[in-house]
Amino acid sequence: MLLGRTANGLYWMNRYIERAENMARLVDAGLRMALTRTQSASEEWSSVLLSAGSDVTFSQKYSDYTAANVADFLLRDTSNPSSTMAAIETARNNARMVRTALTRETWESINEAWMALKRMLAKPIDERDLPSVLDAIKRETALIRGSFYGTMLRNEIFDFSQLGTYVERADNTARILDVKYYVLLPSISWVGSTLDNYQWESILRSVSAHRSYRWVYDADYKPTNIADYLILNVRMPRSLTFCYRFLCEHLKFLGDDYGERHACHATAEKTQTMLRAGSIKDIFDAGLHEFLAAFIRDNTKLGNEIAQDYRFN
Amino acid sequence: MRLAAFDEMLPEVSGLRRPYSAYDRWLKEQDPARLTEKMQDAERVFRKTGITFAVYGEQEASERLIPFDIVPRIISGNEWRRLTQGIEQRVQALNAFLDDIYHRQEILRAGRVPTELIARNEAFLPEMIGVRPPAGVYTHIIGVDIVRISEDEFYVLEDNARTPSGVSYMLENRETMMQLFPELFQKIKVRPVENYPQLLRQSLAAVRPQGTKGAPTIAVLTPGSYNSAYFEHAFLADQMGVQLVEGQDLRVVDGHVAMRTTEGYKQIDVLYRRVDDSFLDPLTFRPDSALGVPGIMDVYRAGNITIANAPGTGIADDKAIYSYMPEIVEFYTGRKAILGNIPTWRCSEPDSLKYVLEHIHELVIKEVHGSGGYGMLVGPAATKKECEAFAKKLQAKPSNYIAQPTLALSTCPILTDKGLAPRHVDLRPYVLVSDRIQIVPGGLTRVALKEGSLVVNSSQGGGTKDTWVLDD
Repeated sequence: MLLGRTANGLYWMNRYIERAENMARLVDAGLRMALTRTQSASEEWSSVLLSAGSDVTFSQKYSDYTAANVADFLLRDTSNPSSTMAAIETARNNARMVRTALTRETWESINEAWMALKRMLAKPIDERDLPSVLDAIKRETALIRGSFYGTMLRNEIFDFSQLGTYVERADNTARILDVKYYVLLPSISWVGSTLDNYQWESILRSVSAHRSYRWVYDADYKPTNIADYLILNVRMPRSLTFCYRFLCEHLKFLGDDYGERHACHATAEKTQTMLRAGSIKDIFDAGLHEFLAAFIRDNTKLGNEIAQDYRFN
Repeated sequence: MRLAAFDEMLPEVSGLRRPYSAYDRWLKEQDPARLTEKMQDAERVFRKTGITFAVYGEQEASERLIPFDIVPRIISGNEWRRLTQGIEQRVQALNAFLDDIYHRQEILRAGRVPTELIARNEAFLPEMIGVRPPAGVYTHIIGVDIVRISEDEFYVLEDNARTPSGVSYMLENRETMMQLFPELFQKIKVRPVENYPQLLRQSLAAVRPQGTKGAPTIAVLTPGSYNSAYFEHAFLADQMGVQLVEGQDLRVVDGHVAMRTTEGYKQIDVLYRRVDDSFLDPLTFRPDSALGVPGIMDVYRAGNITIANAPGTGIADDKAIYSYMPEIVEFYTGRKAILGNIPTWRCSEPDSLKYVLEHIHELVIKEVHGSGGYGMLVGPAATKKECEAFAKKLQAKPSNYIAQPTLALSTCPILTDKGLAPRHVDLRPYVLVSDRIQIVPGGLTRVALKEGSLVVNSSQGGGTKDTWVLDD
C-alpha cells in the first residue's frame, strides 16, 4: 500500500528522468548529423526539435535552427518544461516529495545529478563543450538508474517507478520513429531498399542503438529493419515491445499484490498482444504513421488509466 | 559590547574543564589542515543528502544549509542527570497545566495565573475545552531550550510545546561526526541518540486511541515539500517507517481519518502533525487552509485519532505564560522548579513597562507570540535609532512583549580560519511523553556563528554542533 500521491511522485519522477536523458540523446544525434554534413544543418536540427515535440515552442523563441539555439532550448531552458534541466528539476522535486519511498542512494544520486547539472547548465553551453556536457548528462542519469536498480526493493514502489519509465520511453521511441520516418523516407517505394544515408544512423543513435543494430541485422541501414528493431524486437531495451513487456509485468505484480485488476491491465495487455502478433510487413502495409499515431494514443490512454486506477490523478 | 561569558571548554579562571579533557588531548594531536578538510567534507555530506532548510523571503537561497561546526559540545553524565530531572519536572507540569486549562482551570481559580492571559490568548483553543486526548497526553514531543551562564547555572529560555523542530539535525550531526571522526567515538564513550526515531514511534504508538485494533497506523502530517522543515518531516517519517502525508491525502471516512492510497482509503490512528493548529481543520479553524483535514477535529473529539501534539498546546509555550512557569511548576508538582526561568518583565504590567523602556538598551525584548528570532530586539547590540523605533512599537502594544536581561550565554569553541574561537550556544533537548517521559541524551546545540552574537536561530545566521552526553 502506498499513498496515491507517492505513487504519482514515483511515476513522474521516473518519467522525467527518462525524458532528461532522452533530450540529451536527441541533441547528441543532431550534433552527429550536423558534424557529418557539409551544408547547413538546420534541417537536422529542426527534425531534432520535431522528435522532441518542441518545434512549435522553439520557433516562438528563436528564428535560427543552430546547434547553440537548439542545445540551449532542449538542455538548458527551464521555460521549456521538457528540457533536460527542467526535467531533472521536476524529477528532483518529485523525488523530494517521495523521499521516504527511496533508498538513500537513489535520492542522493538524483540530488547530485540535479546539483551537477544545475552547475553545468548555469551558463550557455560553449559549442566545444557540448559533447562533454551531453556525456555528463547521460552519466548522471545512468548513475541514478544504477543506484535505483542496485538498491531498491522490488515492491510496489519499484513497480510504479518502472511504469513511469516505460510509459515515457515507449512514447519517446514511437515519436522519434514517427518524425524521422517522415523526414527521411522520400517515398514509400524506398521501403525495403538499402539506403546509404548517414541520417538513418541518427535514428538509431537517438535511441542509443547504432551499435547494437549491427549485432542483430547486417551493417546496412534498411528502413524495415530499423522499424522492426525499434518496434518489435523483444530484446532491444527501447523498443515498444520491450517497454510493453515490462509494463505488463509490473502491472501484473501490482494486480497480484493488491488482488485487483483494473482497466489499465486490459489496455496494456491489448497493446502487448498486438505487438507480439504483429509483423513489420503488416505494419508497413497498414501504414507506419497510422500505426505509430494509434500507438501513441493508446500509450497516453494507458498512462491516464494507471493514474486513475491507482488513485494518483 | 562583549559580555564576559562562561566558556564550557576552557573557562578563563579554572582552565580546561573535565568533560573536554579527552577531546582536547585528541584535538592537540590533529593536523589543523586535516581538520579544515573535514569541515569541508561535512558540508559536502549535508549538501549531498539534501539536509537543507528554506529561509522564508529569500528567493535565491531557497535551499540553504545550516552551517555545521565540527567541534562537539560536551556535557558530563552528572550535568545531564541534573538537567533531565529539571526537564522531566517541567514537562510533567506543562501537561498538567494543559489538562487543567482545558478542564477545571484550577490554576486560574487559585489566582496563580491571570485569567485574561488565557481567555484572550490566541493560542488558547476554546474548541479543546472538555476534550481529553487519548492517554491524557497533550504535548507528546517537547523541545526545551536551555541556556547556561556558569558552571552551575542553567536556565530555561523557552518551552517548545507545539511542534519543536530540529531533531533531525541532532541525528544527522551525530551521523556526520561518526563518519568524519570514527576514531573519536572509539576513544570517548558518548551516549547514543540514534534510537530517537524508534523511541518516537513507540511513544506515538503508546498513545493511540483506545479503540485501535492491532498495531496502530501512524503518519507524519507535513505542510508539503516547500515547507522550511520538510527535510525533517520526511526524515522522521522515513526513520520511523511510517507514511508522510499531506492534507490533500487525507479525509474523514466513516468517523475516522483516512489516507488515500493505491488501494483506496486506509485509516490512520496516530497523526504526528507538523502543521500549525490554525491550519489543522478548515471546518473548525482557518477556512482557507488547504494544509489540514476537513472534519479532523470531530474525529478527534470522538476519540478516534491521536493528534500529536494536541491542538491548543501552544498556550503552554506562549512567551507570556512562560513568565509564570515557576508558579505553574510548583502548582502542579508541589515542588520548586529545579530548572529556573530567566527573570522576565511582562510589558503588560505598567511598572515593568516603565522599567523596560528605561533600560531598553540593556534588555532582550521579544514578541509574546514570536518565534525563530524574528521580531526581537537585542538591546546591547542595537543602535540608538533601533531602540527608539522599538520603544514606539512597545508603547503601542505593551502586552505583545516581554523583556529579559541580556544574559552572557555560555560559549563553546568553534573551528574558524584562525583556529578555535568561542561562540555563544544554547541547547534544545528533545522530550517524548507517553505513559512515561523519555529524554534522548543529547539534543541540538545551536551556536551563534558571528563573534559576540547572542542569536542562535538558524534563520539569523546560527549554526549547529553535535552534542555529546558522556557515558561517565
